[in-house]
Amino acid sequence: MTGRRSERLIALALLGAALFNYPVLSLFAVDGKVLGVPILFAYLFIVWAGLIFGLARLNRAAARG
Amino acid sequence: MLPAWTILLVSALYVGLLFAVAYTADKLGDRGLSLVNNPYVYTLSIAVYCTAWTFYGSVGLAAEQGLAFLTIYLGPTLMAIVWWVVLRKIVRISKLYRLTSIADFIAARYGKSMLLGGLAAFIALVGTTPYIALQLQAVSSSFDVLLHFPDMEAVEAGSAGILDDKALYVAVLLALFTILFGTRHIDATERLEGMVVAVAFESVVKLIAFLAIGVFVTFVLFSGPLELFREAAATPKIQELGLLTELPGGYQSWMAMLALSALAILFLPRQWQVSVVENVNEDHIRTASWLFPLYLLIINLFVLPVALAGLLFFGDRIPADDYVLALPLAVDQGLLGLLVYIGGFSAATGMVIVATIAVAIMVSNDLVTPALLRLRRFHARGQRDLSRLIVTIRRVVICVILALGYVYYLLIADTHALVSIGLISFAAVAQFAPAVLLGLFWKGASRRGALAGLVAGFLLWAYTLLLPSLAEAGLLGERLLGDGPWGIEWLHPYALFGLEGMDPIAHAFFWTMLANLGLLLGISLFDRQSDMERIQATLFVDVFLRSERDARFWEGTATVGDLQDLLGRFLGPRRSAEVIREYGAHRGRPLDEAEQARPELVNHVERLLAGSIGSASARVMVSSIVKGEALSYEGVMEILDATSRAIEYSRRLEEKSQALEDATRELRAANERLKELDQLKDEFVSMVSHELRTPLTSIRAFGEILLNNPEMDADQRREFLEVVVRESERLTRLINQVLDLSKIESGSAEWQLQEVDLGRLAREAAESTQQLFAERQTGLDVDVAIDDTAVKGDPDRLMQLIINLLSNASKFTEPAEGQVNLKVREGRGDNLRLEVSDNGPGISAEDQRRIFDKFHQVTLAQAGKPKGSGLGLAICRLIADAHWGRLWVESEPGHGSTFVCELPRAGGEHCDITGHINLAGRTDPELE
Repeated sequence: MTGRRSERLIALALLGAALFNYPVLSLFAVDGKVLGVPILFAYLFIVWAGLIFGLARLNRAAARG
Repeated sequence: MLPAWTILLVSALYVGLLFAVAYTADKLGDRGLSLVNNPYVYTLSIAVYCTAWTFYGSVGLAAEQGLAFLTIYLGPTLMAIVWWVVLRKIVRISKLYRLTSIADFIAARYGKSMLLGGLAAFIALVGTTPYIALQLQAVSSSFDVLLHFPDMEAVEAGSAGILDDKALYVAVLLALFTILFGTRHIDATERLEGMVVAVAFESVVKLIAFLAIGVFVTFVLFSGPLELFREAAATPKIQELGLLTELPGGYQSWMAMLALSALAILFLPRQWQVSVVENVNEDHIRTASWLFPLYLLIINLFVLPVALAGLLFFGDRIPADDYVLALPLAVDQGLLGLLVYIGGFSAATGMVIVATIAVAIMVSNDLVTPALLRLRRFHARGQRDLSRLIVTIRRVVICVILALGYVYYLLIADTHALVSIGLISFAAVAQFAPAVLLGLFWKGASRRGALAGLVAGFLLWAYTLLLPSLAEAGLLGERLLGDGPWGIEWLHPYALFGLEGMDPIAHAFFWTMLANLGLLLGISLFDRQSDMERIQATLFVDVFLRSERDARFWEGTATVGDLQDLLGRFLGPRRSAEVIREYGAHRGRPLDEAEQARPELVNHVERLLAGSIGSASARVMVSSIVKGEALSYEGVMEILDATSRAIEYSRRLEEKSQALEDATRELRAANERLKELDQLKDEFVSMVSHELRTPLTSIRAFGEILLNNPEMDADQRREFLEVVVRESERLTRLINQVLDLSKIESGSAEWQLQEVDLGRLAREAAESTQQLFAERQTGLDVDVAIDDTAVKGDPDRLMQLIINLLSNASKFTEPAEGQVNLKVREGRGDNLRLEVSDNGPGISAEDQRRIFDKFHQVTLAQAGKPKGSGLGLAICRLIADAHWGRLWVESEPGHGSTFVCELPRAGGEHCDITGHINLAGRTDPELE
């Protein structure tokens, strides 16, 4: 299943690259706060944590397989 | 304010601790208790990525440009996602061919080119020097802040003379550490466990220190991050900066930094050292690829809060890079300040140590050794042991690198913010990316393309980033940055060819990558690769397709003694002899010095040498003693293909023969069964013939007597005629049985289907066999314990079944003492259970399985010959099957046997007997 795993990882990397770049980023580079936290700051850290979570899942699943 | 001696003492103690950790890890490693063989130490060692730049510079950058600092960590996260694809391949290749650095990797990929290796080592050296300078500067300035704060003038003034400069002492200490723990082995592929564990330890220290200051600032100085954000948002100055809502520098700069840092995590020499060379197990990459981004995320959580706090506290009064350290000092938290200082110190020293050893190995293997080999004509067979020399070279190179870093630090100290120097290094090592990444996945990438790309990329980097940084430090004419060199505007380093409006890093990244990638692609597409290049390209790109033993190139020959001498010169005679001995032991016999070495041994030696002096030099050395040519590309490919074909072929052969074996086994089993059936049939026919002949013989005999003795008296005649009639009846019975069997089997039996009282049937059967039991003086008890015993079926057939079972039981019990019990009971589910048990000799397990087969007869030891026709039980089972029932036997030899028949109660769906018989006749329901 190595091939399949690699494909999923590459897709995840592309997703991350898209979310961390213009123009998606510009949607969040605005004034305002979510629960008291600046939107851009919150967005970046949430996406970051999401990527790490997905990465851990993919690599964990791989370890079992 | 802390006294200087305290700070110095703590620093010294910390370095001492580092030595102790490294020493212990090395000693444990020597005893086989490796600390580095786990994914967590591996991950922490990769965190050497976070240097003093992260520690102090991130906050500085955040205070100036807001969230842009995150790119430095988001880029590596993106790269870490595909580590399993990219890094694992690099690790596999490096281990297989004993490549010890990026320079060696590039050299080996492009036909073991000395020129490329040397160039790459040079780029790494030039690119790393500013970075080392940056760390020294960070340590020195953090020391000054800790010592003099809040007297910022004294901080600015720094240290008076060179002898008073802490950076010098730090550099000397680190040189000592690197020499001690970085050059233990001459073979650079041997892991530097002590160094790795020390670096991992430092990663823990800096994380704790930074979290401590982050928590302190956020939750003690301010009441939580929300409060901090609110206050920051309310401050006009911070709002003006747009730190929280914009990406200052624009998206160009954001993307360039993202890309640069993504490449840096792979191609910085120190990252390559810890993630590739020091990798113990490829599987660790899996854990590291998510754990390392997590480390980055955690260490960055408090960067922005600390930066905002610094802005609120100090504003412009002190450099933003000093915020981290100044904040605790400003509120008189000297100890916390000391902890922060140690955190920054550990971040800086970790980076310097690993970067120095990584670059030192590169420089010694790919720059100095090749030069020496050329210079001293080492091709001639000198007998000197060069291993000491190589280790010495490496130690000198370590000192030189640190000296260079220190000099650079002296030159540019205080002119650059930490970040921009770091980014200059990032941009330098990014030049390796096209050659390595393309070379990893595209066989067409050629040596000349890589060379041109690297040279162009490096020159442009030097022009657009290195020169301006020196100019800013006042070393070159100010005019360079004013209106371009010699006043030529389109040569301005920050706006080359008139490209304006980009920040210097994005600008340099664009031009260098354009030239580097463009030349590599363009030239490769029109280039003709040499045999060596094609071989290496194939080996690298297809590394997962080939096994280690495949790769051998040497057609020519050398004697074992020559090879041993060659190895001895670089590894030392003792190690060399050991290698040859091990190889011989592996082969099953000791090798003789004078004998011709096999190509595998030549290859093995070349690889061992590659670990010590680089792949390009190793090749040159080996070719100097091997007579005859190396194989051509076609030759090597032929061997590789032949090997892989042979492997594939033998794999398929194995599969085929396995399948054949299975088929044969099945066939043999079927054949056995057929033979048995055939034999049974033969036996049956002879048995039937025998049975037929006995009554026929007596009929004929009595008939003849009657014919020949007409005067026989009436009584006697009557007696004889009775015999004839009885024998005829027996004959008819036998023939009927045979006919029955074939009828039931062929399904043409015309059965009457009706409700039958099984209990009544059982009693009737017992009555009709009464005579039989009486003759044999065997007891028969009938016990019907339930009232409703209705089943659906053919009464005659069911009667036949019970009678067969009863007569069987009587046949196999001892006359006079036998006892047979017939019972009708509730069965499982909606079934009735009919049992016929006897106290006969029982049935062996083997016979139990076969007893219902047609023609099978149980042979009794005492009887010597079969007792039945072999059809009774077969018929019974057919009848039971036809009634949706089951018939089986439970028995233990010596303890009698019980035949059990379960039949479904009347009223179910089962009514189509004829259709079922066909089925039952063919299937062979298993016994319980």
